[in-house]
Amino acid sequence: MGEFVISVEELRKEFLRDRPVVNGLSFSLRRGEALGLLGPNGAGKTTVIHLLLGLTTPTSGKITIFGLPMPEKRVEVLERLNFASAYALLPSNLTVRQNLMTFARLYGVARPREKIERLLSELEIGPRIDQVTGQLSAGEAARLSLCKALLNEPEILLLDEPTAGLDPDIADKVRQLLRRLRAERGIAMIYTSHNMRDVEEVCDRVLFLRKGRLLVEGSPEEVVRSFRCEDLEKLFIQLARERKQDLPGAISEEHE
Amino acid sequence: MSRGRIWALVLRYTYVYRRSVLRILEIFFWPAVDLLVWGFLTLYLEQRERELPSGVTFLVGAVIFWDVIYRSQQGITISFLEDVWSRNLLNLFSAPVRVSEFVGATCVVGILKTVVVGLYLALLAFFLYRFNLLAVGPSLLPLFVNLLLMGWALGIATTALLLRWGQAAEALAWAVPLAIQPFAAVFYPVSALPSWLHPLAWAIPATHVFEGMRLALRGGSAWSHLLLATLLNFVYLALAGLLFSFLFSEARRKGLLVKIGTQ
Ligand SMILES: Nc1ncnc2c1ncn2[C@@H]1O[C@H](COP(=O)(O)OP(=O)(O)O)[C@@H](O)[C@H]1O
Ligand SMILES: [Mg+2]
Repeated sequence: MGEFVISVEELRKEFLRDRPVVNGLSFSLRRGEALGLLGPNGAGKTTVIHLLLGLTTPTSGKITIFGLPMPEKRVEVLERLNFASAYALLPSNLTVRQNLMTFARLYGVARPREKIERLLSELEIGPRIDQVTGQLSAGEAARLSLCKALLNEPEILLLDEPTAGLDPDIADKVRQLLRRLRAERGIAMIYTSHNMRDVEEVCDRVLFLRKGRLLVEGSPEEVVRSFRCEDLEKLFIQLARERKQDLPGAISEEHE
Repeated sequence: MSRGRIWALVLRYTYVYRRSVLRILEIFFWPAVDLLVWGFLTLYLEQRERELPSGVTFLVGAVIFWDVIYRSQQGITISFLEDVWSRNLLNLFSAPVRVSEFVGATCVVGILKTVVVGLYLALLAFFLYRFNLLAVGPSLLPLFVNLLLMGWALGIATTALLLRWGQAAEALAWAVPLAIQPFAAVFYPVSALPSWLHPLAWAIPATHVFEGMRLALRGGSAWSHLLLATLLNFVYLALAGLLFSFLFSEARRKGLLVKIGTQ
């Protein structure tokens, strides 16, 4: 138990009655592990992240983070993890410094000024510190989000499509950065994406979701091998399109 | 509740004003326009009707007092909208921020706006119209506090409604206080309203404040009005708090928090 930083049991979320968006999902995340949440648009990946953060509440099921129940202990839990998404950028009308100072104070960071300067230069956006956030390029904004997400030295990072909307070069840089963060700091991650490359490069283990259900689970190589596909990209297309029962070796799914 | 986090949010909302001349102008421009209109109307009425009760000079006081409610309410709703407009709600509530800390911070922003704009209007009224707000006497501060409290209750309730109906209902932020104004005896006494509206008028804390202010300016005592205003304010604050906490958990359940946070 102590090994798991997140455990999710039979998680279910309905926004509309009897229309589950997350449907009986169970998984856990080990300390330092990078878990990819993969799936086509609308699979429920973002909803899972929001549920983990306590931004939405589950219809049923259990979420335990650091051994604490969510969302009941959200403040204690949120102090120790962080979140970044290409869809949740920091306010564009404040400067980089103002934004980071705000979050540093919210997370109770000691010596916030030095911390911010160190992180910014580590992510190579140091010179931007007094610029208005809205003036940053997409790549810089993505790195700023990560900078915010690292302020409290989180044990877990929840990343919802952190490379969405970035050009391949910048996306590659962000992935390298994430790999380095893992190597240097041992941060556990949940990483959602519909981009295979992201997940292959960064994650130890992949959950493939479709319509809120867990379809396949395993290391990127295992998953590819078990389906006799050339790569994750091909597998993704196959899984997203095909009917469940046609797939060899898929996790069994009860009928609704 | 963490004072550090409340302070962090208060600073975050003031950053917006440090960076934008337009936003600052907005705070100082509209109240000044109101003051000018009602001030000159007062002068005109005084010229025409020498025998008119000095009651009309209260109009200037009424403008200043009403603005306290309005700023206090706006301190809360506009702060919330600030995070809606900049799509920051997700970052904010994925940080260890308690809902009470968030509301507390916006209430502090309400105090700051109220004090700054109130002082500015009081000075303006004094120099333009020789209207001395201090003439209200010792009940000035408690009257002011009651206006602030009513603004909080309104602000918390309006923000709850914004959470429920999202950005489409943004106009509520300005509409809610204006919708109450006609019944709150701001520029005329309750007796000017048709009698079937009196119960409604007396149920509004501001009504007691404005009646109290007029009494005090005439040299009377505002204390019984003050007591009622305070009681009503605590009832409304409690109700607004309940509404907010109910609609906030509804917003979490229905996915509205993340929806307004990203759209
Ligand atoms: N806040 C919400 N309110 C209502 N429906 C939602 C909300 N968030 C997501 N959904 C619905 O849930 C489904 C899954 O969405 P999402 O979790 O965003 O998928 P993904 O991130 O995998 O693309 C979609 O059909 C979406 O319309
Ligand atoms: Mg998504």
